[in-house]
Amino acid sequence: MIPLSWYLILSAALFSLGLFGVLARKNAVAILLGIELMLNAVNVNLVAFWRYGNLTSIAGQVFAIIVFAVSAAEVAVGLALVISVYRRRKTIVADEIDMLKW
Amino acid sequence: MTPLQLVFLLTAALTLVAAFRVVTTRNLVHAALWLVVTLFGVAVLFVLLNAPFLAVVQVVVYIGAIAVLFIFAIMLTRREMRDQGAQLNKGWWAAALVSLLTFGGLFWLTRSWDGFTRTAAPLPTGQDTLSALGKALVSPDAFVLPFEIASVLLLAALVGAVYVAYREK
Amino acid sequence: MDSALILEWVIKSAILIFVLLTGFAYLTLFERRALARIQVRIGPNRAGPFGLLQPVADGLKLIFKEELTPAEADKVLFTLAPVVTVVPALILAAVIPWGRDVTLFGRQVSLSVADLNVGVLYIMAVSSIAVYGIVLAGWSSNNKYALLGGLRSSAQMISYELALGLAFVPAILLADSMRMVDIVEAQHPWWFVVIQPVGTAIFLIATLAEVNRAPFDMPEAEQELTAGYHTEYSGMKFALFFMAEYAKMIVISSIAATLFFGGYLGPGVDRYPWLGPLYLFIKIVILLFGMIWLRATFPRIRYDRLMAFGWKVLLPLALAVTFITALGIVLEMLWLIPVLSLAAGLFTVAMVHRALRRKAYARA
Repeated sequence: MIPLSWYLILSAALFSLGLFGVLARKNAVAILLGIELMLNAVNVNLVAFWRYGNLTSIAGQVFAIIVFAVSAAEVAVGLALVISVYRRRKTIVADEIDMLKW
Repeated sequence: MTPLQLVFLLTAALTLVAAFRVVTTRNLVHAALWLVVTLFGVAVLFVLLNAPFLAVVQVVVYIGAIAVLFIFAIMLTRREMRDQGAQLNKGWWAAALVSLLTFGGLFWLTRSWDGFTRTAAPLPTGQDTLSALGKALVSPDAFVLPFEIASVLLLAALVGAVYVAYREK
Repeated sequence: MDSALILEWVIKSAILIFVLLTGFAYLTLFERRALARIQVRIGPNRAGPFGLLQPVADGLKLIFKEELTPAEADKVLFTLAPVVTVVPALILAAVIPWGRDVTLFGRQVSLSVADLNVGVLYIMAVSSIAVYGIVLAGWSSNNKYALLGGLRSSAQMISYELALGLAFVPAILLADSMRMVDIVEAQHPWWFVVIQPVGTAIFLIATLAEVNRAPFDMPEAEQELTAGYHTEYSGMKFALFFMAEYAKMIVISSIAATLFFGGYLGPGVDRYPWLGPLYLFIKIVILLFGMIWLRATFPRIRYDRLMAFGWKVLLPLALAVTFITALGIVLEMLWLIPVLSLAAGLFTVAMVHRALRRKAYARA
């Protein structure tokens, strides 16, 4: 059998990789890719805790579904913002988008 | 080692390698495609965790919609950031340090918990997880409120995305 | 797990792949002959009797053609794209039941490769992967026509996937199951096309867009985009795209037949289970002929009209149909479903007619 620890270590590693992407990447779209990795790590954890915890309670799977919805919303708005910024500023390097208004 | 463990290890290795490529590849379209590989790996993990419905939803929502959206955005914004040049900013070593520390902290934190090496109880026969999930999402004494809020959130995001990205003629 | 079961799976998969591939070859011939008849021509009739050897000749020609890879192409993805297009088209067929269980060599054999309890969701998942082949082909060719064609058709497929997904829902609700066999068996006296005609129509329209067939064959709009996403492909790689399109036509027709036209049901199936595959085959051929007929009849729709139709007409109508089906089931008045949904469909047609007429007046 697969012990719970394997899933937890995998999802911790996935989360850290996503965090690295968010902190180190220059491109705004690449930063969003990192956020997706982190959300997936969370989902692995939620479902693993459901499977290894109390099976009669379905909360883990419900949370995972809500995370799906939240990440879909986040990507839609995030990419819309990126495209809108790109139209006005011709850049999607996160460091160069530093004005609070234009 | 049981075959199931072997499947898990292979999937985990593939997922992590793909995730590493997502955050380090220069070519962004390749990064998005590596993200698809990672998402597939997570879907396989869901199957291993006896959640086939979530695995299918993962494929439909993440791979079929979200990753395609990423590829679209990359294609629409590609002109400025050609694929050469540094893709990581100057402080990338600090970012690497922070994420390594995060991993170490998470590892230490979960290891000190006494449920760390727990193994899964066998699934009770005759329990239909899928219909239990469906009922939980719509019954008032369970999760109907978060579910409805999530749907309102999706609608708001849809309207907001259209408004933000809309170009006036 | 006993080895006989694995052997059974392997044999069934091999038969399915074989049927799909020969079906693809002869569908091309069928299409060319049928189109020719509609246009008062004869069509290919030189190779073999009735042109029956024409697909073989075409295949040989494509194998011996030179394969070109553009110099600036992304080589790995360029090779991967046709594979990613073909594989979903083939594995989609795995969940379709071809008949009731039959006894063969003393074994109980079910006539479907995989009997999943989330069969309908499996179809949605696999068909949503199919977009990648087109996106990758368009991007990796490094050619502007290919890229534009790829972007267009992937946008089209994602948009129509919503209406397609909603069109599955009436069938799921009426059968109270997502397993394909249960859906077929639930259509016992009445096929779902009778109970939910508008849902069936939405499904058929959305599948046309999903497989990029005329009148929704945007990616291959020759006049604007040369050949769309497969502009740079030649030889066997081109043949793979071709194969994927036709294999998908067959699979999609069999899904439509299973979900709405009673699948393998027909007179006499209860006594002779082997009639099931035959009935399903006949239904698939009729649906395929319908697709070819549409191609011969309708001109291609303009791209912005296509997207507007998907989002502003098909999606709301599909939502309404889903709601009506649920209402009919909750009130336990099944006759309400066809009446209300036909009314909704007629209302939609009237509104589209009005909008188009207003546009025509505004231009004049």
